[in-house]
Amino acid sequence: MTYLEYTVKRVPAGFAKVFYLDWGLVVLLMAVASIGFLMLYSIAGGSLQPWAEPQMMRFAVGLMMMFLVAFVPIWFWRNMATLAYALSILLLIAVDLFGVVGMGARRWIDLGFFRLQPSELAKITTVMALAAYYDWLPLRRTSHPLWVLIALVIVIVPAALVLRQPDLGTALLLVLGGGAVMFLAGVHWLYFTVVIAGAGGLVSTVLASRGTEWQLLADYQFRRIDSFLDPTLDPLGTGYHINQSMIALGSGGWSGRGFMEGTQSRLNFLPEKHTDFIFTTLAEEFGFVGGVTLLTLYMLIVIFCIVAALKHLDRFAMLLTIGVTVTFFLYFATNMAMVMGLAPVVGVPLPLVSYGGSAMLVLMLGFGLIQSANIHRPRGL
Amino acid sequence: MKGPDRDTGWIMRRVTRRALFLGSLQLAVAGTLAWRMRNMQVDQTDQFRLLADENRINIRLIPPERGVIRDRNGTALALNEQNYRIVIVREDAGDVEEVLDRLTQLVELPERVIARTLEDTARHPPFVPITVVDRLSWRDISRVAANAPALPGVTHESALSRIYPAGPDFAHVIGYVGPVSETDLKRPDVPDPVLQIPDFQIGRIGAERHFEDTLRGTAGSRRVEVNAVGRVMRELDRRDGEPGSDVSLTIDADLQSYTQARMGPESAATVAMDVHTGDILASVSSPSFDPNLFVRGISSADYAALNDSRLRPMSNKTVQGTYPPGSCFKMVTALAALEAGEIDADERVFCPGHRDISGRRFHCWRRGGHGRVNLVSALSESCDIYFYELAERIGIDRLNAMAARFGFGERFELPMSSVAAGLNPTREWKRANRGEGWQIGDTINASIGQGFVLASPLQLAVMTARLASGRKIMPRLLKARDGVEAEVSTPDRLGISERWLGKVREGMDEANNHSRGTARSVRVVLDELRMAGKTGTSQVRNITPEERATGVLSSEDLPWERRNHALFVGYGPTAAPRVAVATIVEHGGSGAQAAAPIVRDVLLHALHGGMPPLDAYPEAQRNRIETQQEELARMISLRRGAAGG
Repeated sequence: MTYLEYTVKRVPAGFAKVFYLDWGLVVLLMAVASIGFLMLYSIAGGSLQPWAEPQMMRFAVGLMMMFLVAFVPIWFWRNMATLAYALSILLLIAVDLFGVVGMGARRWIDLGFFRLQPSELAKITTVMALAAYYDWLPLRRTSHPLWVLIALVIVIVPAALVLRQPDLGTALLLVLGGGAVMFLAGVHWLYFTVVIAGAGGLVSTVLASRGTEWQLLADYQFRRIDSFLDPTLDPLGTGYHINQSMIALGSGGWSGRGFMEGTQSRLNFLPEKHTDFIFTTLAEEFGFVGGVTLLTLYMLIVIFCIVAALKHLDRFAMLLTIGVTVTFFLYFATNMAMVMGLAPVVGVPLPLVSYGGSAMLVLMLGFGLIQSANIHRPRGL
Repeated sequence: MKGPDRDTGWIMRRVTRRALFLGSLQLAVAGTLAWRMRNMQVDQTDQFRLLADENRINIRLIPPERGVIRDRNGTALALNEQNYRIVIVREDAGDVEEVLDRLTQLVELPERVIARTLEDTARHPPFVPITVVDRLSWRDISRVAANAPALPGVTHESALSRIYPAGPDFAHVIGYVGPVSETDLKRPDVPDPVLQIPDFQIGRIGAERHFEDTLRGTAGSRRVEVNAVGRVMRELDRRDGEPGSDVSLTIDADLQSYTQARMGPESAATVAMDVHTGDILASVSSPSFDPNLFVRGISSADYAALNDSRLRPMSNKTVQGTYPPGSCFKMVTALAALEAGEIDADERVFCPGHRDISGRRFHCWRRGGHGRVNLVSALSESCDIYFYELAERIGIDRLNAMAARFGFGERFELPMSSVAAGLNPTREWKRANRGEGWQIGDTINASIGQGFVLASPLQLAVMTARLASGRKIMPRLLKARDGVEAEVSTPDRLGISERWLGKVREGMDEANNHSRGTARSVRVVLDELRMAGKTGTSQVRNITPEERATGVLSSEDLPWERRNHALFVGYGPTAAPRVAVATIVEHGGSGAQAAAPIVRDVLLHALHGGMPPLDAYPEAQRNRIETQQEELARMISLRRGAAGG
């Protein structure tokens, strides 16, 4: 669609845009973030420091950014998609060259005031780039091998750079998010069948490569796979995280041990309890009820977004909305599956709840794009 | 211009289909997550809650207080001292270096202690208390406590540690405690949980080791809630253990300390024994070492110094050291011959200074010979030729049997480490160990305690006690355990005629008191303390004919490690014997000069119950003895002070 069409079809303009914001989504996001503040407060032993308060500040900044992005017309963002994608690739290369090493991986760029994790940014920009690509691509070429290959390159380049850090979890999430956009864009079923079969083959190959000269994963990654398959194998080593996490979760029971009463988190048995494993603290202190509440809130966000996406006639807006939603879904589903022992331990935060800047700001950017698409949807036809 | 045409409508339908498919997939995943959550949190929650409790509840053992070891009069020889250590927790301290700097102004901290602490705090996991310095006095601790606000993260802990107030004097009898080793934990019997306590110490040698079960006690326990790094958050409950029981030894602490001081820096050993009960009143090996060093963790330099010294301070020579008894053995030879009826006590044997037996010439220690000697004068003058004659008459078998009755070759059951059996040789022994038949020359050598015969100072003391009492005295070291006195029974008679024993005792008495006795210079002039004894000077190796020819005969001219061992055994008072003493001075030269004075002083101290009275000594010696006693008293009090502080 062109600028002309948008103006013809009465797109909200000026201050009126505020009324077209999806306020329900804003409320849901704030509810989820508040659960995060509560948990960070509890983990700090009933204190806003050192986590809850900075997290609130960050969320406030995130909300501002979301509004800012939301009020900018969606076609502007479509035009920015290539630039944003290129920028995030450059940042990923930069992190490879000058990044800060933390926890065995090179993931951050120190900007002085902020530690940026470009792999988080890449999740959104890749989805944007793909949505813009399919918006530009004539429809009948969607399943043509050459044009599928180009889409694949758009996904694989950032994924490969992230894998180099090494960060297997984020790379997989990138590929899955990109795959979802391609699937929505209408790429033929057959490609996905082949890829899924190929992935199965790759996994077997990777596992078979262990201990050989051409070993494809780092040793710690193999150990994580082992501890995922049998957490009790090495209860003090790599299996420690998942064991303690499951104990915390399971001991929560129906309604939990009570706010700030979780022994696993209070006594430090939980690792990374304020970041990747924050869900276990919630599940320990508020039990099944707390866990399901958060899951429901997350799913409501997903459903809101999908419903909004279905109203779009604009291909970019539709693909972007669902792409961002799927990325968001992949975050929390992977994180929860991980702490429940259903997936291997990969460094994926619980979106909007885990303590940390990059992921939250990037997700708020993503929701800003969704809001922007929503506001600038042509109405009254 | 593109617009919502037919094409677009078709796309949108397909996109919608696929979007709904994705949406359902997401719902399915969310459903799986919820199901899994329900499974873990509702169905298996009990099991996980148990695991969570196992995580947080730790059972901590409380070390029991170790029993005290006392001497026969109740003086504590090994006891527990409350001491304090300063610990620091990095997370509470903030700037560790700064806090340590402030601590240095209150308590003296060497540079290396600070360096080690900084290293430890950097290395250990968070919240683990790091010991900065231990064994501090209460004064130091109170200074630190008073300044607590300026010292964040610094706390003190108290602990009991073993201390040996008499220091080196009892190192070989009491032994020392040390950390639990891997092998202690791997013993086949069920290991005591108390051994798992960090820094727990158990007896390593000596009485500390032998009475370990009595002294140790049982551990108490407390259940505490800990966090993931093991920091104790609070105590849930507590159960007290049983402290260890006390042990009393037969040792007389004063006599022991006096004997240790009296032997000075010589490599020597002395055993003093009650001739009726076998109570070991003193068992002193010299030089000694400070067992407190081992409790605190001995430095490798100190350990190497102890280990490499040619005086072997770590060896308990009283029971571990075996030496040729030399002439101290002659009483056994005499009794063997008397009992066999091979000689009459009054029969005289001519000593020309040497004797040729089956082609070999055996010498008497006195070149010129003793002339005609009978049993008593042969003992008193220590004539070798007389005993060669006896040896020829009785043979090795009867000599061996008599020696066995006096405890030679017997390993006595004592709560000491490495008690040696010595050697009481037989024909079978020689064939098995040397692959040769017994020669007459071997019997000749054995008759004067040379050749193959080996005995420890303890065995010599037992022999002397048996000679003096005529009974089969067994040595004992344990007086009471856990308040229960050890059984004392009157030992059986040796079964040797009092007549023969009387003759031998007469010989020993004359050795000290007859004008021609070998130990006349070390006699006791007070009748009620009168001593009888026997000198021994045992060769470390044979003197070669060449040496004899070149005239290198005097022991003093030889290097230390080739000089003769000096021995003396004695008992007193002669009228009614109470105490027997045996001393060996390694490479000390002559028994009369090096060993006998020690035996006299120790015997007098034991009989008198304190510093020997001056009037017991011959008049000419009293000035010298007085100076010596003052010197000893000063040394003893000095050493007490050093060990106490």
